[in-house]
Amino acid sequence: MSMEVTVATVHVDGKSYQMNAEENLLHGCLSAGLNLPYFCWHPALGSVGACRQCAVKQFKDEQDTHGKIVMACMTPAAEGTRIAIHDPETVAFRAAIIEGLMLNHPHDCPVCDEGGECHLQDMTVMTGHDYRRYEFDKRTFRNQNLGPLVNHEMNRCIQCYRCVRYYREYAGGRDLNAFALRNTVFFGREADGVLENEFSGNLVEICPTGVFTDKTLKRHYTRKWDQQFAPSICVHCGLGCNTDVGEHSGTVRRILNRYNHDVNGYFLCDRGRFGYEFVNSDHRIREPLFKGKVVSADTASRQLRDTLTFGKAIGIGSPRASLESNFALRTLVGPERFYSGVADSEAKLVALAIDMLRHGPMRTPTLHEVEACDAVFVLGEDVTNVAPRMALALRQSVRQQPIEIAKALKIPLWMDHGVRDAIQDKKGPLYLATPYATRLDEIATATFHAAPDEIARLGFAVAHALDPQAPSRGDFPLAGEIARALTHARKPLVIAGPSCNSEAIMQAAANVAMAAGAQLMFTAPECNAVGAILMGSNPLSAAFQAVADGEADTLIILENDLYRRAPRADVDALLHATAHVIVLDHLVNPTSEQAELVLPSGTFAESDGTYISCEGRAQRFFQVFVPPIPIQASWRWLGQGAWERLDEVLTAMATALPHLAPARDAAPPATFRMTGAKVPRSPHRSSGRTAVLANINVSEPKPPDDPDSPLAFSMEGASTHPPGALIPFVWSPGWNSIQATNTYQQEIGGPLHGGDPGVRMFESAPSNDQSYFSSIPSAFEQREGEWLLVPMYYIFGSDELSLSAPGIAELATTPHVAVNADDFTEGEEVDVHCGGSTFRVPVCIRPDLPRGVAGLPAGVPPIAGLGLPAWGMIVRIP
Amino acid sequence: MLSTEEISEIEAEAAHYPRRDAVCIDAMRIVQRHRGWVSDDSLHDIAAHLGMSVTDLDSVATFYNLIFRRPVGRHVIMICDSVSCWVMGYDRMREHLGTRLGIGLGETTSDNRFTLLPIVCLGCCDRAPAMMVDDDLHSDLDPQKIDRALETYT
Amino acid sequence: MTPVTDKPLTKNMRPDGSVVDIRAYEQADGYQAVRKVLHGGMTPNAVTDAVKDANLRGRGGAGFPTGQKWSFVPLGNNAPTPTYLICNADEMEPGTFKDRLLLERDPHQLIEGMIIAGFAIEADVAYIFLRGEYVLAAERLSRAIAEAYDAHYLGKNILGSDYSLELYLHLSGGRYMCGEETGLLNALEGKRANPRSKPPFPPVVGLFGKPTVVNNVETLCCVPHIINHGAAWFHALGRTHDAGTKLFGASGKVKRPGLWELPMGTTIREILEEHAGGMRDGVTFRGLLPGGASTDFVTEEHLDTPMDFTAMAKIGSRMGTGTMIVLDDQTCPVGMTWNLMHFFAQESCGWCTPCWSGLGWVERILTSMEDGQGQPGDLDKLASQAKMWGPGATFCALAPGAAEPLQSALKYFRDDFERHIREKRCPWR
Ligand SMILES: Cc1cc2nc3c(=O)[nH]c(=O)nc-3n(C[C@H](O)[C@H](O)[C@H](O)COP(=O)(O)O)c2cc1C
Ligand code: SF4
Ligand code: FES
Repeated sequence: MSMEVTVATVHVDGKSYQMNAEENLLHGCLSAGLNLPYFCWHPALGSVGACRQCAVKQFKDEQDTHGKIVMACMTPAAEGTRIAIHDPETVAFRAAIIEGLMLNHPHDCPVCDEGGECHLQDMTVMTGHDYRRYEFDKRTFRNQNLGPLVNHEMNRCIQCYRCVRYYREYAGGRDLNAFALRNTVFFGREADGVLENEFSGNLVEICPTGVFTDKTLKRHYTRKWDQQFAPSICVHCGLGCNTDVGEHSGTVRRILNRYNHDVNGYFLCDRGRFGYEFVNSDHRIREPLFKGKVVSADTASRQLRDTLTFGKAIGIGSPRASLESNFALRTLVGPERFYSGVADSEAKLVALAIDMLRHGPMRTPTLHEVEACDAVFVLGEDVTNVAPRMALALRQSVRQQPIEIAKALKIPLWMDHGVRDAIQDKKGPLYLATPYATRLDEIATATFHAAPDEIARLGFAVAHALDPQAPSRGDFPLAGEIARALTHARKPLVIAGPSCNSEAIMQAAANVAMAAGAQLMFTAPECNAVGAILMGSNPLSAAFQAVADGEADTLIILENDLYRRAPRADVDALLHATAHVIVLDHLVNPTSEQAELVLPSGTFAESDGTYISCEGRAQRFFQVFVPPIPIQASWRWLGQGAWERLDEVLTAMATALPHLAPARDAAPPATFRMTGAKVPRSPHRSSGRTAVLANINVSEPKPPDDPDSPLAFSMEGASTHPPGALIPFVWSPGWNSIQATNTYQQEIGGPLHGGDPGVRMFESAPSNDQSYFSSIPSAFEQREGEWLLVPMYYIFGSDELSLSAPGIAELATTPHVAVNADDFTEGEEVDVHCGGSTFRVPVCIRPDLPRGVAGLPAGVPPIAGLGLPAWGMIVRIP
Repeated sequence: MLSTEEISEIEAEAAHYPRRDAVCIDAMRIVQRHRGWVSDDSLHDIAAHLGMSVTDLDSVATFYNLIFRRPVGRHVIMICDSVSCWVMGYDRMREHLGTRLGIGLGETTSDNRFTLLPIVCLGCCDRAPAMMVDDDLHSDLDPQKIDRALETYT
Repeated sequence: MTPVTDKPLTKNMRPDGSVVDIRAYEQADGYQAVRKVLHGGMTPNAVTDAVKDANLRGRGGAGFPTGQKWSFVPLGNNAPTPTYLICNADEMEPGTFKDRLLLERDPHQLIEGMIIAGFAIEADVAYIFLRGEYVLAAERLSRAIAEAYDAHYLGKNILGSDYSLELYLHLSGGRYMCGEETGLLNALEGKRANPRSKPPFPPVVGLFGKPTVVNNVETLCCVPHIINHGAAWFHALGRTHDAGTKLFGASGKVKRPGLWELPMGTTIREILEEHAGGMRDGVTFRGLLPGGASTDFVTEEHLDTPMDFTAMAKIGSRMGTGTMIVLDDQTCPVGMTWNLMHFFAQESCGWCTPCWSGLGWVERILTSMEDGQGQPGDLDKLASQAKMWGPGATFCALAPGAAEPLQSALKYFRDDFERHIREKRCPWR
């Protein structure tokens, strides 16, 4: 329990416990490690008292022996409260509630995807209900097709309402709800169709039984206990959400949320949860290729060595490769021959962000802290599509000011519907300045859709309205309003990032944050963009130059498709001019296709490493399974035998680059042991292990060693809960579902025992020079016959790797150009000319786009690599 | 498409509430008064008019028994099946209606003239059994009285 | 002023069933109470105190003291605005037909009561939440509201005073839960009529999150008379401490089913035998639900109990809405219980498990019992479900309401239930 909370002494079955007085009794009992069953309550959703499962007996005082049944989730943990969990009447009541919930529940656990990790199963066992007295027909429903990600099986529903409360009230979805009433409430959509909300996958974990399950898992189903897990970090954006990854027989089966109080809490976005299938893709590079022919790992290694010895090699790093892999390449080619893996402009912006966060006066909050910010100004970022989980946090932040109403009325904040009734649909300040309308517009106080320069100018004007010292050009009526909102907030926050490729926007954001005394958060374009930039490198353009100048004839490209970084013609020329192109990557891509030597590098699931998130948090991901030889971590390929283990790379990196030394502490070293043992990757019930290879040999093979981490490829090991960074899966006696997370927390919903994973690499250290940025762009001017082409981001489509996951691919956007104009009609084909390339795409009319501005889907081939925004022409096809 | 008449009626009701979506039940009732029921198309139109999602509107629609999400006949018979009417002979009345019209509860006659629905206590317990046909309350029912009443609805 | 009456609620009503329009209402000294309040310098607190002194208890069924409810509403300049007053005219409790009379026959009495109640809580907006099937009442209320607006009893600066009140009529989409006051709030907000958590209570956080009072039609209709004639007079109307008159009714196989305005505390026997004329020829009395479907059965031994909130609670039942449903010997008590449980099961909002799950189960058990398929353990199952609907066990009062007839039927008609199981048939079929 953290120190600030008011503590109450609560007597449970005659024993006293210290509980958080601002919470309810269910929260208190669970925090105290007492088992009390529940359904409708969820730590992130609060209490609504629907399921009546958490009943306890409450006594007025010591004399009261009679007591009355109350719902623990609806009763405050007030000082001196006396309750009994084990009172016979209450025990019977709880068993009867389960009986009621189970009347219509099918007997399909053996074929149910939730079986073995089902909260309903756990709670049924916990209450002791074990005999069905109901003798009538069960009600049946028709299931809906909710799209490629989430499966629907309504007959299993127990009407706890968690799904709709999460989906509608927490995540802001509008296409899932409860229909009808009595014992036939149906939870679904008005008609079959893909769930619209970007956070729909959390339904899988929110639903306490098997109504909403992971459809991607279903296609290659394995029980929880037969999966091998490792703690991981999401690779699909720069936020660094924590995941648990489950594998079986060499394929990744699913991603689960891994609770990190500071970062993602209980929820992931759908890109993060379902993007994993690229690991299993047919387009994986599984063997080394030399000149298009499969070669052995040894041959490949030798080839790499020889090329390096005889050629003039340079290396291009990657914002999606680990710190360790980038460092290994840097070491291999030498720091002066190591080049950035992102376009110069983007590198500059990420560097600017890092610089401001390290030396500016503004602190960057954790994602969890974003939820508590009570006035937010976003400049240039389409948050939902660029840093999705942050959008979910912002949906909570707009509740912060209205929640004061509930506080003033003394409604406990956990009393979820009481609070919602009191605040109705009021929302706190959220201002969005973006080139086009975004999904968050619906909860924004005001929006400003304009060209990037105008967004920057608005930002400067807001800073000026806050502090006349801050420079500004131009008049923006909205500026005063935003300034006032930030001034009146207790925890104002400014969000910006490199999405618009605009230094001015980021500088304007910094000015606003400085002038408002606000926290400042920058998104990062990829999972290790911050790490890669922190490492330091020459600009990417210099690599192109080096080859052109003949200073290099060998190019080692680390986990990077250069066609996403630079215009096609430039990359074509580069690869053409380079004698030896060596690519390490997971998936075949246009760059790897042209390499002389291709090395199969392990994905996040097949290797260990560290990413640094946009918050500046270094976090470790661990190998989930041993991939078939010769797939291995890029750093292993590049280490060329210099390093045997991850910890050695980290030590070398700490010596070579002391500012990266803290990254070593992102997780315990490989030598870490719990009660003398490693941490098992498989649940102790793992049934398949001894049987899988029995047709070959009945004696069980020795599990593979893991030199890189304290995790074991086995179900044997420490039976206690590992520290946060090392939690492969959650399980506690009696808690097989993901709700077992409760037992890993210091207090429910609070930090993990032993602290939350990751280390923040920097805290703001205000320098003396806190002067405002002052290069303000001039007003945007439309051009005759030309369009300013801006990037439009898509949660499904803009991210490279997840596009190779079939479910995501099905939902992904396709190439198009978006315009706000009468000049075109929806769907007509046009030629877009930009930066020397031309491509033919259909038109999508977007009335939200400013005049003279057109949008192209970012990251979507062939548009990726264009370097947007840029001026271009849109030409009708005669 | 909502008719101008429907829209103006909805807007008149909407003026009574501080929030636009609060009028959704009235809106569905208005459309139903004009069209007999709330079809999927009507549901979409009302949702669009009020800025609600169709799912959210249908969630409300399916809660309330006086909002018909399936087509009904020209006249709707709602026969009270609550306790006083039950004591006073509801079963016989329902059977009579059933044989007379050739339909069961929840069904519509093949000539589309009548739909027969059960309804909760009509507040007519002292003159039970009772039923409503469209907007008219019929009480102290017996088979003859039912027959006479039905004749007046064409 | 017309002579003080002992039947204030029904005194204006016409035998032909036509409506008392505004002229007739004013001629019968209607809207005098509004004038007294607005022109007589009464403060909101004074009005509330008058109602408190009169010990007016809510006629919606629960009997909550009306003045006390009003006093929870924050008043004055710092109070949140708007404040809402809602008349609960949902009347869907089976066996209940009292509010319909008040609505159809003397709508101005209700409107006057609402203006005064609105004044007491400084309401800005009032709604009459009317059940959708009450078509005639809707017509008459609409007309009456228009008349009241025309006469400046409603709208801005009523009768030239500082007080303004807008009054709207809302027709329900239908569901028993709309009568539960927090379900009603959700319904009026255009949502599913699930109940809300309490706290926060409606007088603090109600409609659209604002302070709101919900009162029953009959409750509000009493208000003008209390203002006109005072607390002492109101007490004198009743026979017991639960003051005033009450609309009592009887349905079932009695000689003269009907509705009568009688002193609070009139005994069950008097209502049943004198006013309803006793049982019809050929049938004998077995028991009755004293005040709607969600009250416990009472039997012969209880007939001398005064019908009021206090005395009825003492015999383990409730006065409820005061409209009794009589069970006779030719009617199957199991069937009647089935009918009641069918109603509750249909109307369960689906929020809390004991209700939505248990009611469905109980209904199926009773159906099978009536069909001759009852099993020996069934009565235990029924009893244990009724226990699951105890106060505090469910989220709102719907299921506890269902528990009352079920548990009392099991108590008083146990033999009949057992006979069904033993004989594998319904002896009344
Ligand atoms: C399921 C349920 C249905 C109810 N229906 C009605 C109703 O139709 N009319 C009514 O006045 N009160 C009804 N009530 C009682 C109301 O919740 C509330 O107590 C009442 O309207 C308050 O008014 P009063 O204080 O004037 O009695 C119902 C309660 C429950 C639990
Ligand atoms: S008791 Fe529960 S399910 Fe029943 S109506 Fe009330 S809240 Fe709904
Ligand atoms: S968890 Fe307490 S009532 Fe559902």
